[in-house]
Amino acid sequence: MSLSRRHFLILLPAAAVAWDFVLAQTPEAAPNYNKSDHWWGMLIDIPKCIGCGNCVRACQAENNVPDGYFRTWVERYHVDDWNMTTPQVISPDGGKEGFPVAKEDAGKYFFVPKLCNHCADSPCTQVCPVGATFISPDGVVLVDQTYCLGCAYCVQACPYGCRYIHPQKHVADKCTLCYHRITKGLTTACAENCPTGARQLIDLKNPNDPIHAFLKTHSVQVLKPQMATGAKVFYNDLDGSVR
Amino acid sequence: MNFLKDAGHLFRFAGLFVLAFLVFLVVRGYVVPKSFGEYGHYRGAAITDIAALPLKFAGHQACEQCHSDIADTHAKGKHAHVNCEACHGPLANHANDPASVTPTLPDTAVLCARCHTASAAKPKDFPQVDIAEHSGGVPCQTCHNPHDPMPGGDSATTAAGGAK
Repeated sequence: MSLSRRHFLILLPAAAVAWDFVLAQTPEAAPNYNKSDHWWGMLIDIPKCIGCGNCVRACQAENNVPDGYFRTWVERYHVDDWNMTTPQVISPDGGKEGFPVAKEDAGKYFFVPKLCNHCADSPCTQVCPVGATFISPDGVVLVDQTYCLGCAYCVQACPYGCRYIHPQKHVADKCTLCYHRITKGLTTACAENCPTGARQLIDLKNPNDPIHAFLKTHSVQVLKPQMATGAKVFYNDLDGSVR
Repeated sequence: MNFLKDAGHLFRFAGLFVLAFLVFLVVRGYVVPKSFGEYGHYRGAAITDIAALPLKFAGHQACEQCHSDIADTHAKGKHAHVNCEACHGPLANHANDPASVTPTLPDTAVLCARCHTASAAKPKDFPQVDIAEHSGGVPCQTCHNPHDPMPGGDSATTAAGGAK
């Protein structure tokens, strides 16, 4: 078959496109972690939290979180008997070094650790204009920092205030549920370092996970259920005053 | 076919259009990352990038492989559910290279107080003390072995040596 110079030049770009498709189909090296077998979340057992701040320090060490920014933090609520709807909430430096001593008085105190809720229908991923933030097939909301423009739409969209713009990288940053740990069979840094077991990594697709028995027998809530975000951070014994 | 008589310029224009479209496809093929769209409207390889980040905390399973003696003491005590690095700090580097990376002992004055200082905000069933009144300035590990903290458990003196 003879090919004229003219036809060759016409076919050249088409061949390049075809070759690109071949490259795109090449599967990446798969480790023995199967994304479709997991659906990650977290359980926060409020009555167990002592407000030591171990989770906040562990998270900052594990993930190089800059000072003054938090992927997880702890809030202390003080709810007076006479004013249930306006609790006093403090979180000095995210609760990183613990909390000031509270004196016994009217009303109740409790701690509420917060982190990304890894929503199944997350508002933050829906607003990203460039596809830099997404829900992974195993249910973790992640940021592709090489793709992020730093427009901060997602920071505004998160109803839980769990995102920030990294002061040096100028891109969105957030809790990854220690994706680099949980894919290796470890638990998250915060759960690993919680001295009372108030934070537990849960896998809703694992039928042997104790979370299933726990959910049947406990009064468990998510934050801001009215926003229908499909939050996967479950709070046991959460007070109604928590926002 | 008379109407096609003067339509040559239309075909030339259509040819240009097809060429421009092919150029667009080629450029797009190079600019858009290979794994974009693998799982959804994002770069699929980002997941592998994030999963490859380095560990700082080795996890208690790694500690227990070498320090099985302390793990045994620890498993019997009241602190059994407190993992190693909750007190000793992030030590993945030590787990990877035990010889050259040696951990420093934590300061019990700060560490014990963080959890056990009495506060009305803490759960009532959690053991808590007024530190000054309870110890009078005596270091915690004089009476308590942090790995098995109930006095009368293992002797407190092994705690300092054992934690090395």
